[in-house]
Amino acid sequence: MADPVVFAEGLHKSFGDTHALRGLDLSVPSGTVCGVLGPNGAGKTTAVRILATLSDPDAGHARIAGYDVVREAGKVRARIGLAGQHAAVDEKLTGRGNLRMFGRLSHLSRREAHRRADELLERFGLMDAADRQVTGYSGGMRRRLDLITSLILRPEVLFLDEPTTGLDPRSRGEIWDSVRELVAEGTTVLLTTQYLDEADQLADDIAVVDHGQVIATGTPDELKATIGDRLDVVLEDPAALGPAATVLKALAGTDPTMTGADRLSVALPGGGFRLADIVRELDRAGVAAADVGLRRPTLDEVFLRLTDRKELV
Amino acid sequence: MTDLAPPLGRRLRWTFTDGLTLVGRELGRLRHDPGELVAALIFPAVMVVLFGYVFGSAIQVPDGGDYREYLMPGLFAMVTFSAVMGVMTRMAADASRGVMDRFRSMPMARLAVPFGQTGADLLVGLLMLAVMVGAGLLVGWQPHRGLIPTAQAFLLMIVLRYALSWAGVYVGLAVKNDQVADAMVPLFLPFTMLSNAFVPTGGMPGWLRFLADWNPVSALTAAARELFGNPGVPSGNVAWPLAHPVTAVLLWSAALLVIFVPLSLRAYMRRGR
Ligand SMILES: Nc1ncnc2c1ncn2[C@@H]1O[C@H](COP(=O)(O)OP(=O)(O)OP(=O)(O)O)[C@@H](O)[C@H]1O
Ligand SMILES: [Mg+2]
Repeated sequence: MADPVVFAEGLHKSFGDTHALRGLDLSVPSGTVCGVLGPNGAGKTTAVRILATLSDPDAGHARIAGYDVVREAGKVRARIGLAGQHAAVDEKLTGRGNLRMFGRLSHLSRREAHRRADELLERFGLMDAADRQVTGYSGGMRRRLDLITSLILRPEVLFLDEPTTGLDPRSRGEIWDSVRELVAEGTTVLLTTQYLDEADQLADDIAVVDHGQVIATGTPDELKATIGDRLDVVLEDPAALGPAATVLKALAGTDPTMTGADRLSVALPGGGFRLADIVRELDRAGVAAADVGLRRPTLDEVFLRLTDRKELV
Repeated sequence: MTDLAPPLGRRLRWTFTDGLTLVGRELGRLRHDPGELVAALIFPAVMVVLFGYVFGSAIQVPDGGDYREYLMPGLFAMVTFSAVMGVMTRMAADASRGVMDRFRSMPMARLAVPFGQTGADLLVGLLMLAVMVGAGLLVGWQPHRGLIPTAQAFLLMIVLRYALSWAGVYVGLAVKNDQVADAMVPLFLPFTMLSNAFVPTGGMPGWLRFLADWNPVSALTAAARELFGNPGVPSGNVAWPLAHPVTAVLLWSAALLVIFVPLSLRAYMRRGR
């Protein structure tokens, strides 16, 4: 197997008494999208800043494309793009002016910087606004400009720190499309987000971060499988609640919760339950069910379960 | 940083090229927002008229000279000190908006940002001086001692301005927050006014006079009065910086550079580290 493009091991970082990272490990294979998911203050931005050479870890080490982020920061910088939580562009310049300036600062020749600016504006649909000052851009346009500014050097690895926070659904969709295109061309993306659907949509692998540590990793499907399916039963006769609950408890190993006067719900551990078997079990106990539903959990449920064990039973 | 460093020559060239790109950025900003530049240029002109005629109507210059002749060197000094505020707010704005982080995550020359910012301020400073000279000539001020001393006076202002802009870089990086930086701008006025720029320090209470005499604004004002041949050159027993103003300004400039260049570079390279 090829070496991971993004690799972090045992990263620690404290700000005074706040332990932002406590031994974070991460490994992203080339050409994939890794979604780093975590609640506010989990340490996502801190981790991205270390990987993007903006900040040094207190302990642990990280490599991008094989180069150490502390000792070989210059080599790392030549291979990454970063779009942070704010749109980091000069508001007073035009979109084109920003791209040209950052192109020159990336050591492209003047001609090349101009050509690349036009190419990016054209491709990501900002040509119409190219000569307007960024002050007059909408939030979505600003983010898009910020994103394409980080693409000037065709980075091997792109860090996106909450790229769609605060955007309307349409602008989010546009950013998603742009990210998918980049990935199709072979860019490796590390994306932090609080939106589970974003991770579900874009990420090949997800790392759930809480209190500065990765507490779960896997594909979206694998993560959903860890909390199993959810079984919802609606009874024809509320009087059958007692026997139904006994059947569900026998299947799931935990007490079901009442979600209505005539309905019960329970999480089934692992996979492998078939609807037909469940209906037969209910039949055998003489319970008449109006509806039996077996539902894949959403990533939301996985997330809440992993980051706050008290929330869901 | 123990990067396998590229040759020094190439690094210096990139520092210079990237610095120029950033100077170009500041000029681009001014071109897109000419209002800002006009406001910055009108400010000194308004000061000339306001102080020249409003204060001038009431203040007696010690050796009986014209107040506007007395005032102009002080206003030149005041404008010189505005470098701190300008550079500080620009650095803080970049730091708080994430633009600085973008610079720092790019393979650009690391020293280019502070050098570009101070270089751009120098150009703005030259423009402001030009406007001031125009406004001064209009209200009857002029240098009296010929070309060389006049050129020396302006050179002194430029040197001190450049040194001061490095103090601005450091303070801007230290506060990191554009709102805090904006809130600090008004401090500029009392600082420059606590000097000999507008009134002689002789009439101030002892402790205040001490502060005013040692304020670098006073040294620059005194140096400019001397080199322009304008009234208000102190005589008799005065504080050392006012007796040797040119030396004092050069020492101030050197001290500012020695302190703030390394501090700024360290703060820039290390931010968030
Ligand atoms: N520069 C700093 N100084 C002090 N504390 C900091 C600093 N940066 C981060 N922290 C703290 O470290 C912890 C992790 O912060 P971080 O910004 O990495 O979280 P995050 O996962 O990105 O959160 P969010 O979803 O809100 O962006 C938080 O408790 C935060 O307050
Ligand atoms: Mg964050």
